[in-house]
Amino acid sequence: MAEVEETLKRIQNQKGVQGIIIVNAEGIPIKTTLDNPTTVQYAGLIHQLVIKARSTVRDMDPQNDLTFLRIRSKKNEIMVAPDKEYFLIVIQNPTD
Amino acid sequence: MEITYVYTKKRSEFGSQCNFTDRPVELLVDILPDPTVAASFIQRDLCNMPVQCVQQMSEHEINTERLETETEGVNHVEGGWPKDVNPQEQEQTTRFRKKVEKEESYIASLTILGSLMEHCIKQNNAINIYEEYYEEEEEVQESTEEPPTAKTLHVLKDPNDIKRTATSLSWHPDGGRKLAVSYCCLEFQRASKDMSFHSYIWNLEKPNKPQMTLKPSSPIVCLDYNPKDFHVLAGGCYNGQVAYWDTRKGSQPVEMSIIEQSHRDPVYKVIWLQSKTGTDCFSASTDGQVLWWDIRKLSEPTERLILDISKKGTLDGAAGATSLEFETTMPTKFMVGTENGMVIACNRKGKTPAEKISSTFCGHHGPVYALRRNPFYPKNFLSVADWIARIWSEDTKESSIMWTRYHMARLSDGCWSPTRPSVFFTTKMDGTLDVWDLLLKQKEPTLSVKVCDEALYSLRVQDNGHILACGSQLGTATLLEISSGLCSLQRNEKALANEMFERESKREKILEARRRELRLKERGRSDQGKEEEPKEAEPQESTEDLVARAEKEFFQAIESERKKREQEQQKLQTPISTVKVEEAGKLVS
Repeated sequence: MAEVEETLKRIQNQKGVQGIIIVNAEGIPIKTTLDNPTTVQYAGLIHQLVIKARSTVRDMDPQNDLTFLRIRSKKNEIMVAPDKEYFLIVIQNPTD
Repeated sequence: MEITYVYTKKRSEFGSQCNFTDRPVELLVDILPDPTVAASFIQRDLCNMPVQCVQQMSEHEINTERLETETEGVNHVEGGWPKDVNPQEQEQTTRFRKKVEKEESYIASLTILGSLMEHCIKQNNAINIYEEYYEEEEEVQESTEEPPTAKTLHVLKDPNDIKRTATSLSWHPDGGRKLAVSYCCLEFQRASKDMSFHSYIWNLEKPNKPQMTLKPSSPIVCLDYNPKDFHVLAGGCYNGQVAYWDTRKGSQPVEMSIIEQSHRDPVYKVIWLQSKTGTDCFSASTDGQVLWWDIRKLSEPTERLILDISKKGTLDGAAGATSLEFETTMPTKFMVGTENGMVIACNRKGKTPAEKISSTFCGHHGPVYALRRNPFYPKNFLSVADWIARIWSEDTKESSIMWTRYHMARLSDGCWSPTRPSVFFTTKMDGTLDVWDLLLKQKEPTLSVKVCDEALYSLRVQDNGHILACGSQLGTATLLEISSGLCSLQRNEKALANEMFERESKREKILEARRRELRLKERGRSDQGKEEEPKEAEPQESTEDLVARAEKEFFQAIESERKKREQEQQKLQTPISTVKVEEAGKLVS
């Protein structure tokens, strides 16, 4: 429990990180540093995207699996680390 | 000379079956090789013959059927919660969350994910993989290589059955995503009873249906968005009234001017003025008046100007105004284009009407439909009338400094490009849009696009210079996107355009000075010759005398021509030897 907190705190303290969301396999946000409506939106949209990405990767090669997903936009970068049951979503503003 | 071959065939043989027969080979022509011809040919050693074994392909463009699209939004609601948890109740959700956080798998997977994520975050912070190298060099325009093109983006059709002319267009000042189009039938007494009075505001993202309707009591002839307050529009109506709308308040005009105080003819142009309150506008109409209004009080105009050159101040001698021009960088001056082809430059600060009219520019043969100042060099302005477009400089009052050639169709509207000082657009009554680039070609338009089959009546460029809208006689407003070469500023363009305008104005000034000199000389000469020919002092001759004089001059001219021709004929008919002797004689002497 404490390790999780520590990990999240470390991530939060990195430069440019705007928010962290932890979503479970059903799309329910477990933990978040953003406000509720934004969280719900991110959780819903990204969940679908990750599932689609994963199925794409596995379709191409069944032995393969999705390890990381990065979406870079003009304003920020959304990074998703998927797991069997949980996703970790981090929104970072790449400083340049 | 006709080459004919006559066949004859018996009538009974018409329609009979064709019987083909074989016959032995006959040698028709035998051309033997002529080795002497080979001397006139040189043998070429290396011949480059390109050969390509590729499928023959052709490129075609077609328009697909109109797709009706609608933009809709989606409301996100929380979901996925297990059955026993009610997502609305915060207690239950927090309890669920706490439960999950305590699970083993959660901690384990999150530790792994966390380290993975940290790695990527640090990567991001270390180096920006999307860094733009050579950012400044991207501004070098390479698109000057491609030929100018214009592409139709949308066609906004008048939804009514009875089509009216799209007389004026106005872009929304903020971003230009909306376009207000006014529809009105300008032909005298041609408007039928069922014709609707409505004008529309279109949203470019939904081009199938207008976003908003404006419902005046008389069709609107001209519209203008208030540059300070984007929700307010001023419009001039067919019956001479001026009205203003607030798009937040609905389709009916917020206020209309009183008929007795308004114009007596359709209002052809309405422009917002630069003022502290942002509520001033002025309007011009063919009844010869220019009226200033404060929209807070439309019951009477704040000021009135009668366009009378002879400065008598009555409406009888006034020239009807068909276009107005006002530039916010020069708030005290404005210009009016009249029906008789004159452009009047006026001063707002004049106390009496006589002082108001500062100068006139003549040179057009028909009503001036558009008057626009160059946004970069406001001293030069464009006037569009009859079959020609002219560019004037304020200092040169005698004639325009530059002009296009006379076209086959009448010009209806014109405007400058807001991003390039040497580019302007004109529309014609045969439905073509011309793009003129003065630095490239002055004799003809750089690009001429046939927008539609019917006449184009109005034209407006969006502030980014990229998109323009033109309105046609059947009420369709076509949006065109022009290629980037025509709307992005080229290197040195401002300097070159400035030089060109200065050079042309200087040329005109020199010509003006010379003309003045010649006129003075003429006057001097006629003063001297006055005693000898008292006839010159007679300023008025009756029409019959004039006709008789004209006839006499005409016949004299013909006679002299005929005599000249006869002399030439005689010269040709004399034998060549005598001519040669004459020439030789001349040479000797």
